[in-house]
Amino acid sequence: MGESQPQRTSMSGRSFRRWFVQIGWRHLVGLAVVVFAAFPLVYVFSASLNPGGTLITANTLFGNLSLQSYVDLFNRPQQPFAAWYLNTLFIGFTASAGSVLLGALAAYAFSRMRFTGRRLGLIGIVLVQMFPQLLAMVAIFLLMLSIGEIFPAIGLNSQIGLIMVYLGGALGVNTYLMYGFFNTIPTSIDEAARIDGAGHARIFFTIILPLVSPILAVVALLSLVATLSEFVIASVLLRDPEKQTLAVGLYQFISQETSQNWSVFAAGAVLAAIIPVVLFLALQRYIVSGLVAGSVK
Amino acid sequence: MLTSTTTRADARALDGRRARRTAETASLGWKLLLLKITVLGLLNAASVYAAMVLFFNERWLIGTLVVVTGALITWIYFQRGALPAKYLAPGVTFLLIFQVFVILYSGYVAFTNYGTGHNSTKEHAIHAIMLQTQDRVPDSPTYPLTVVERSGELAFAVTAQEGEVLVGSADAPLEAIDGALVEEGRIVDVPGHTVLSFTELMERQQELSTLAVPLDEDPNAGALRTQDGQRAYVYTSRFVYDESSDTMTNTESGETYTDGGEGAFVTESGEQLMPGWRVNVGLDNFVRAITEESIRGPLLYVTAWTFAFAFLSVASTFVLGLFLAIVFNDPRMRSRRYYRLVMILPYAFPGFLSALVWAGMMNQEFGFINSVLFGGAAIPWLSDPWLAKLSILIVNLWLGFPYMFLVCTGALQSIPEELTEAAQMDGARPFQAFRQIKFPLLLVSIAPLLISSFAFNFNNFNLVYMLTGGGPRDIEAGINVGSTDILISMVYKVAFVGAQSDYGLASAFSILIFFIVGTISVIAFRRTRALEELN
Repeated sequence: MGESQPQRTSMSGRSFRRWFVQIGWRHLVGLAVVVFAAFPLVYVFSASLNPGGTLITANTLFGNLSLQSYVDLFNRPQQPFAAWYLNTLFIGFTASAGSVLLGALAAYAFSRMRFTGRRLGLIGIVLVQMFPQLLAMVAIFLLMLSIGEIFPAIGLNSQIGLIMVYLGGALGVNTYLMYGFFNTIPTSIDEAARIDGAGHARIFFTIILPLVSPILAVVALLSLVATLSEFVIASVLLRDPEKQTLAVGLYQFISQETSQNWSVFAAGAVLAAIIPVVLFLALQRYIVSGLVAGSVK
Repeated sequence: MLTSTTTRADARALDGRRARRTAETASLGWKLLLLKITVLGLLNAASVYAAMVLFFNERWLIGTLVVVTGALITWIYFQRGALPAKYLAPGVTFLLIFQVFVILYSGYVAFTNYGTGHNSTKEHAIHAIMLQTQDRVPDSPTYPLTVVERSGELAFAVTAQEGEVLVGSADAPLEAIDGALVEEGRIVDVPGHTVLSFTELMERQQELSTLAVPLDEDPNAGALRTQDGQRAYVYTSRFVYDESSDTMTNTESGETYTDGGEGAFVTESGEQLMPGWRVNVGLDNFVRAITEESIRGPLLYVTAWTFAFAFLSVASTFVLGLFLAIVFNDPRMRSRRYYRLVMILPYAFPGFLSALVWAGMMNQEFGFINSVLFGGAAIPWLSDPWLAKLSILIVNLWLGFPYMFLVCTGALQSIPEELTEAAQMDGARPFQAFRQIKFPLLLVSIAPLLISSFAFNFNNFNLVYMLTGGGPRDIEAGINVGSTDILISMVYKVAFVGAQSDYGLASAFSILIFFIVGTISVIAFRRTRALEELN
């Protein structure tokens, strides 16, 4: 709005009305939406700076400024926030890297090779993906329970086990997205490399992967964000507070103590959101183009 | 002359480059081979180890599967052909285990009574019943006891009347062991076990007081228990199991319990003895879901609300997103970039946190919305059945409109501006031009995303569970369910929340959802013909 000020003064009333009808009202809509979109985030940020606050004290926005809640957050033996944070990063990055690798391998095969069962395989992946893993949560729990009886390292209450479950969903939407992108890379590049004597593994790792890196970044980010927010399977599989993720830990924290430690929760929420939000804003351009590419297929 | 020299120099340079490249390729190939051998070696070692452990535990089928899978993968990577298989094998392996198999396994569990009180085999159930109802046998002998440990599990070492040393744990009845060292009537060393010190005993007091070591394979023989970790006494159960008639008899009341065929011992009057065990119950869970009034009612309204929620979510976010996309699609408008940056924030903020933050803001007594925006009103945002539904839709609108805004902006920009101009030349008003020309084109490219957004919201567990917990709770329902629960959160609550877990019923619900989702997907894909694009 500010920048329209000088124009407005130089304009007569009539041309202001014209400006308003064509452009100005859009800024009003924009302001309303900005308030709607940003308010909960401003609110939680303000609550996190309000030491020892409950829900009711959080209502005075920025009435009190201190970092005490952030300090308290790391000094709660019952709620090991630091461990949750590290667990979430470990699980998120490992699962996301694994998903990208498995997905890219499959997408390369579907895009570059012609083999019997290829079309069936593609359709199969799309079909299987229609049934989200989430629906089978009971079966996943029981499977990991019985694996855990024999191999505790990868069964119930194991982060490796959880990552393996996430990798079960690595193919599917990701592969489909990457498959489309692989198809846009001309096959003549592969052929030229093959004539130069490069083997298929070398072509894949050193030539194709760098060329498709934009889509790899998008898929990595999307699956990272999805893993960071994943609650159901993580809450079912991870039992010890020390092993849990942010989603599981923070939910239990808030559900057990309701409004008692709102500011400590808010501090946790701010810290938990930093990485995805920063990544998202930094890679915004790619994500938007990825989404748009998806929309105008 | 000059030209031929350059050519020769060129050729030499080319040769050199080619040689270098060949060497490079060769060295990379060598490294890859080493990597391949290492990885496959580790994989094979792991699968052989796993198979041995599985065979040791008498899991023959799964052990065999592990061996076959290991061999198959080795074969795939150690032969020249089968290139596609080399690229597909890793992803497909995980897909088969953690997506395809678990779906089939859900189907199996749906036909059992698996859940609280029906967790294990009949043998385990008999043991558990007898353990829970033990009394000390009057005038029974006292055993001098040493508590030992083997891989984290506590065990008893006792000296029998004849002086031999017996060792046993909760799962393994007492058995004589050779080579134990006894000093002054106390056992001080047992091969393969560590003797617990006094402090360790104190630390594990809780565990120790519940430990019962069976005297014999026969559960009626009784078990050893201890209070102080120094002496063990014989305890026997009030119940006697008769193998020939397959009945449990309470020796005090004289009542007889028989195997009713439904996974538990029952008296003639229908009184059940818990815990029971796992049996196949056929279509029971499905029949219960459809015929039992206290389950069918909630199931029906939860299904209806799931559809309404998914539809309204897509509709509301799409309308707002499209509206904003149109508003901001005017190149004459300044600072569009900054508006967009702020608008994307709800999309970037982790979803589970958004729901928790909104739950705080919507708190009836202390939340920001009631206390500040409505000046202290007590609007039951999350505890009134209808307001809770509205709250969920509002929060979902907040969460979902940025995505719709982004994709609509993208789609709008890909539609050539000339179309609108041409329509306006022909006398169409701007809105008319948009509705008749741009909107249909936009819908074509957005439709698949609307469908996938519908599918996403159909299972939008986090929002519902974190915001309202599915509540307010329906007290009349026979299962743990509330008026904002969607199908997926209902499955979760039936299986994992509260004291009673009913895995069988939860899986039956899962299977019903599979059918619903499958039907919708097939129809949707027919409509959009997405499958035909694959080539």
